[in-house]
Formats: sequence, C-alpha cells, structure tokens
Amino acid sequence: MAGATRVRDDALVRAGRAVRLALLVALALLFLIPFYLLVRNGLAREEDITSPDWTFFPSHIQWGNLGELFDDSSVPFLRSLLNSALIAVATTVGTVLLASLAGYGLARIPYRHANKVFYAILGTLMVPAAVTFVPTFVLVSSLGWVSTLRGLIVPTLFSAFACFVFRQYFLGFPRELEDAAHVDGLGYWRTYWRVVVPNARPVFAAVGTIVFIGAWNSFLWPLVIGQDRNAWTVQVALSSFTTSQVVRLHELFIAAAVSIVPLLLVFLLFQRWIVAGVERSGID
Amino acid sequence: MTRTAGRLRERNRALWFWVFVGPSVLGLLVFTYVPLGWSVWLSFFDAHNTVTPDTFVGLDNYTALLKDDAFTSSLWTFCVFTLFIVPATYAASLALALMVNRLRRAQAFFRSVFFLPAACSYVVAALIWKMSIFNGVRFGLANTLLGYVGVDQVAWLSTTDPPWYWLVIVTVRLWLQAGFYMILFLAGLQRISPTLYEAAAVDGARPGWQVFRHITFPQLRATSVAVVLLLVINAFQAFDEFYNLLSDARGYPPYARPPLVYLYYTALGQGQNLGLGSAGAVLLALIIAVVTVGQARWFGLGRKEAG
Repeated sequence: MAGATRVRDDALVRAGRAVRLALLVALALLFLIPFYLLVRNGLAREEDITSPDWTFFPSHIQWGNLGELFDDSSVPFLRSLLNSALIAVATTVGTVLLASLAGYGLARIPYRHANKVFYAILGTLMVPAAVTFVPTFVLVSSLGWVSTLRGLIVPTLFSAFACFVFRQYFLGFPRELEDAAHVDGLGYWRTYWRVVVPNARPVFAAVGTIVFIGAWNSFLWPLVIGQDRNAWTVQVALSSFTTSQVVRLHELFIAAAVSIVPLLLVFLLFQRWIVAGVERSGID
Repeated sequence: MTRTAGRLRERNRALWFWVFVGPSVLGLLVFTYVPLGWSVWLSFFDAHNTVTPDTFVGLDNYTALLKDDAFTSSLWTFCVFTLFIVPATYAASLALALMVNRLRRAQAFFRSVFFLPAACSYVVAALIWKMSIFNGVRFGLANTLLGYVGVDQVAWLSTTDPPWYWLVIVTVRLWLQAGFYMILFLAGLQRISPTLYEAAAVDGARPGWQVFRHITFPQLRATSVAVVLLLVINAFQAFDEFYNLLSDARGYPPYARPPLVYLYYTALGQGQNLGLGSAGAVLLALIIAVVTVGQARWFGLGRKEAG
C-alpha cells in the first residue's frame, strides 16, 4: 500500500519536474526573442523588415549592413560609440577609485565623526535621480559644462551606493593582513594599495561591472547634457534615430545590436561577479 | 608626553580619514546637496532660460504647478504605472526565482538567460518593442501573431482608446528588470534554512503551495520588502522607455507623461522654465520622501526582524 503511494508520488514528482522544465525553456526562448529580433532586423534588407508577410528568418543575410552603418556620414555613430566608451570607462574607474577609498576609510580608520559622515553619504541615497536632474542640470549649466565630456562624466563619479557596498565589504574583510602590514610599518595609504586592493578583487569587479553597465546604458543625463551632436553618447544617438522622421530601419537595428556588444562581453566575463555583488549589496 | 603622542596619533588618523573619504563627500556635497539647495532657491523665482534670475515670485511656481493639469496627470500616470509594474515584476521575478532555484542542472544557464536583458538599455529595448514587436502595422510581430488568430491590427502606441500603450510600456520594463529581482529572490531563497523544510515535511505539509505559503513566503519577507521598495522608487524614475516609446518626430503625445517626462519638457523643452521645473523637482522630492517613509513604516523596515 505504502509502496504504491511512493511509486505514484515519484511519477508525480517526475511529471512536475518535466512540466517545470518545459515552462522554463519556453520562458527562456521568450526572453531571448528580443535579442534575436535585434540581430535579425540588423542583418536583413529593409524590404524584409517592412514586408507585410512577416517571416521568422529574413530571406537574405546582409553582412554589408555593418559596413554601411559606419560609412554613413549623416549619422555620428562612430563618434557616439567613442564618447560612450570614454565616458563609461572614466566613470567606472573614477567611481570605483573614489568609492573604494571612502568605503575603506569609513570601515577602517577610527575617527570621531565617522558615523556622521557615513549618514551624510547615505542621505544622498534618499534623493532619487528623478529629483536631482533638474537642479544638477542648473548647476552644470552654470559651470558652462553643457555638451562637454566633463559635464557628462564628473557629476556621475560620486556614488553613495558604491561607497556603501565597499564599506560593507571592508567591514567583513579579515583584519590580520592589515595588522601585519601595520606591524611592518606601513601607513594607511600603502596598506590600502599593497595589501587591501590586491585581496579585494571580487568587490572591485562586482561594483565596476555594475557601474560600467549603468554608465553605458544611461540615457537621461547624456540626453540633457549632450545637446551638441559631437557630445552624443550611443544611447542618445540611437534615440535620436528612433524619434526622427527619416529612418533606415536596418541601419538602426544594426546600430543597436553593435551598441550592446561591449556590454554582452563585460556581462559574460563578469556575470559571476555581478550576481555576487548584487547578492552582497546589502539591500536586504 | 604620552597624551600629546595620543593626540597626535588621533589627529593623524583624522587626516587620513579625510584623505580617503573627503573626495567622495565633497563630490556628493557639490553634486547632490548643492543642486538641491539651488533648486529650492530657484523654485521661488521666475527663471526662464537662466540660472541667475532676479524676479522673486514666492510660491507662484508651486501654485501654478498644482493647477496645471499636465503636472497632476503626470502623477496620475505614475500611479497607474506603479499599479501595473510593481505587482507584475514582483510576481514574475519571484516565480522565476522559485523555478530556477529548484533546478538541479542548468541553473546557471537559466539564471543567465533571465538576467541577460539587464545588459540591454531602455533605449535599445524600446527600439525593439516600438519598431519590431508593437509597431501597430502589419509587419510587427505582435500584429502578425494576432493576424494568425484573426484579430485585426492594433495601433499599440498611437491610441488612447483602448490604452494598449500600457501593455507595451509595462512589458518592456518587465523584460528588462525581472531577471535582476530574480537574483535578489534567489539570494533570499538560499538563506532559508533546509531544516525548516525538513520540519515541514515531518509535520506532513505537502510540498508545493502549503510549503510556499507557510515557510518560503514568510521567510522571504525581508527580501520582499526590499524588492517592493526598489520597484516603487524605480517606477518614480521612469523616463527612458516612455520617452523612447512614445515620442516621435511630431513630438510627445499629451497622454502618458510620468513626472520625469513632464519635468524634462518643462525645464528643458522650449522656454526652459527652470523655476517651474525646480518647483516640480522639490514637490517630487517631498512626495517620494513621504511615500518611502510611509512604506518603510508600513512594512516595519528597520525594525528588528523576528526570527
């Protein structure tokens, strides 16, 4: 009797597992379709994209679309790619450097007012970007930084969130290494660079990846500050194509596909770190 | 002698503290606190196209805003958006996490696939949604699929009656965000002690709904609170997908302007009304603060978790 129930239960469990797996595969395909559409349209002919008889596969694969995109001089695409790369790299390096220093100071250097300083930093987290973009624009424009790389980079270098993540990480960092360094006569500065940084690579990778993705994908700030075509980032350039009257669809799609390649690379290389960083970010 | 040495050491530490922390504090002061203060100041002035206005208008900007239908309807748009996106993302990401968590094999693969859209920008996602899936003409994917079952073409983004554009707006964000919140839930699930499930099995709880309701869901409380809080805050920031999905060469339609889109057009559109824009930013800050604090109180955030 008991044996029969066991058998029926096992069959049920197996069936349940199969259903769940099938559902997951279907969902995974659904999640991947937009990526497929991006590449499909980017490599198709204009007629294939706008054909009333929609087909899953285009009738021709046009690798030439890629060259056409970079040859088209009416579109500052290459320039905007370079701008984005420069901005994303500078923002990532700057943010990680500033935030890791601050996080270390807060976690490890005893100072009477350290807590007050920490709360002043955390307080800025309470002020969402939705609220600061008009005032920050006012400040940046009064500095004369509109349409400059400075205006696009400098205001984004200071992240309370990144400071917080680094502080939490360094609080849980084993003290023995630093104690040994102090015994050897190293000060805070040299201990930080020679002992702490080389042993804290995971958190640098995690925060760096998150900051890089955010900087590459950010749209509102570059849209507001990059008013001149020469200061456009790749997101602003793409957006200006979608909202303009004359648009060559295949070119737009291949441009969008190219724009996500750097992120996919970063993502695939560092995704373990992103996951660890998100899990460890202390949001719960 | 030792006292002076101690004081010296203390001063030395303070100095190093500021070497490490100072640059960040200075930056946050200049680029968050100063702009906020400036914004409050500007909001009392008639400031068109200028950051150094000289006409003090008192609370006029605020009263003008509250009388402006475009502003109040932007708050309404935000409410509708939040009502759709928060429950949808919460349910989808929790469901994904539960399914992925129970996989024995290929867990990393599915986790990556669902998280992958996080690497996509709203601009690119909106482009795919607007130009390829929901473009309202026959060559769009959605209309093609509907055509197979005999449904007429739907003008997804260019009609308010019925407001199909909400489906487009909500699905973009759902696709982009669900994987990120799934990771948070996965982290929460992994922290639940296996002994709880063993105890439940001994007590005769059926795996599935009962275990989820009495063990998994209550244990995810802290994660759930954080997720909902983040979802609401992020909904307040909605700009990219609205702007990219709805505006075209003819401009932005009068409907579906969330607060940030409203502020963008007021402060930086034609006329550059920075006084009005600043007043809007200040009002928005107050609303967000009230909502966040209220929500934190409601969920008992910051109270010690029981168990």
